[in-house]
Amino acid sequence: MSFDIPDDRRYLASHEWALETADGVRVGITDFAQDELGDVVFVELPDEGETVTHEAEFGVIESIKAVSDLYAPVSGEILAVNEALFDAPELVNDDPFGEGWMLEIEPGDDLESELEALLSAAEYDEQIA
Amino acid sequence: MPLLTPPLRTVHDERGAKFTEFGGWDMPVEFDSIRVEHEAVRTDVGKFDVSHMGEIYVTGPDATTLTGRLTTNDVSALAVGDSQYAAITDRDGVIIDDTVIYRLPDTDGEPTYLFIPNAGNDEAMHERWVTHRNEWGLEATVDNQTDEWAMFAVQGPNARSLVGNLSEGSLSDLSRFEATYATVADVECWVARTGYTGEDGFELLLPWAEAETVWSALDCQPCGLGARDTLRLEAGYVLAGQDFEYENDPRTPYEAGIGFAVKLDTEFVGRDALEAVSEEGIDEKLIGLRLIDRGIPRHGYDITNTDSRVIGTVTSGTMSPTLDSAIGRGYVPVEYAEPGTTLRVIVRGQSKKARVEPTPFIDTI
Repeated sequence: MSFDIPDDRRYLASHEWALETADGVRVGITDFAQDELGDVVFVELPDEGETVTHEAEFGVIESIKAVSDLYAPVSGEILAVNEALFDAPELVNDDPFGEGWMLEIEPGDDLESELEALLSAAEYDEQIA
Repeated sequence: MPLLTPPLRTVHDERGAKFTEFGGWDMPVEFDSIRVEHEAVRTDVGKFDVSHMGEIYVTGPDATTLTGRLTTNDVSALAVGDSQYAAITDRDGVIIDDTVIYRLPDTDGEPTYLFIPNAGNDEAMHERWVTHRNEWGLEATVDNQTDEWAMFAVQGPNARSLVGNLSEGSLSDLSRFEATYATVADVECWVARTGYTGEDGFELLLPWAEAETVWSALDCQPCGLGARDTLRLEAGYVLAGQDFEYENDPRTPYEAGIGFAVKLDTEFVGRDALEAVSEEGIDEKLIGLRLIDRGIPRHGYDITNTDSRVIGTVTSGTMSPTLDSAIGRGYVPVEYAEPGTTLRVIVRGQSKKARVEPTPFIDTI
């Protein structure tokens, strides 16, 4: 089985990704993670305006068979939450790196060192191999 | 201890299955997705490898007495080719395991049974039969054949035509819970019209060495234990080790909702205790739950009443693919067991509204 691991972003060992965009940092989970979970049925996310912390829990994802915590790859304030997931959680399965994104974060001052601490696509690939 | 492997471990791996430990076995949990597999069984047909289930063979002049005295149903009522669901209880009427007992053709003129303990319980049940046989001075051979039989379930509205087309002779005459030896894909199988999904279908018992021939001839969606769990939950079937657990959650068949399999007019270990329970009534009962608020009940979550007092625990729960809502089971005091009663389930610290529902959750055969 091979999984998509785009090299335009950085990865947490716990299978979340962080992508720098024009607005901030977008966060979601990887193709490998959605495949491990199976059919996603429920995503619990914080509200806009709340803050998240690098490597700290920010939400919960449930599939039919399992519950898993979600961890923030970077710290910052939440600019946007992907509300489409509340009605269509299967977007996480269908398009984990695109339509299945979870948070848009306004990063803090430590962004550079936090991104540095994350894994590159190649390193993440090695971890899940 | 290394995990036991079913005969087709490699075949499933090559098909892309994910595996999980269950009852000491390394079993396929998912082939494609639980939703896809579940849907196939509800609307078409799917196949499950359930070779982790135990097989205990009992034969001899006292095979009927021995098996009858160790199970709650009426074994003496079984003719050759019949089967029945039963609980195996201790002296206090507490469920140790649940099982299906098949009456095979007689061996050397003596009654012969094959019963199916849950995964990982085969050795304990074999020992239980042998110990009681010796204690009671009965004449019967008891053989643990778990490693000799592969077991497949073929389930769904199109299961009959699929298996029928592969077999010689007529399987369509079999009624629910009837079984017969029949040739499927040129392999002699014990074919039973039984199952654990709420759909029509068969369970096939066949020699381990022939497993691949039969499995590959069954041209339909392969399904894992994940879909087996969502299907059985919707259909209201209890799961050993979860909806009752001898050590940690001891329950009688009446509490677990399987009192229909207790025949008090027969002699068996636990009968007197269960007669007392049936006269005095039960304090707690296994209910069906549906969550009204968003969230999924999972094994071990607390159930509270509307005053936030903990009154029970979730034993099983999932997102039901058929109903597209979260369902579960759990034991609560009987005063809270009436369908329609509002309860709460504590999902990761948050109290979620739930309603007691009758089981099965769906229409079954």
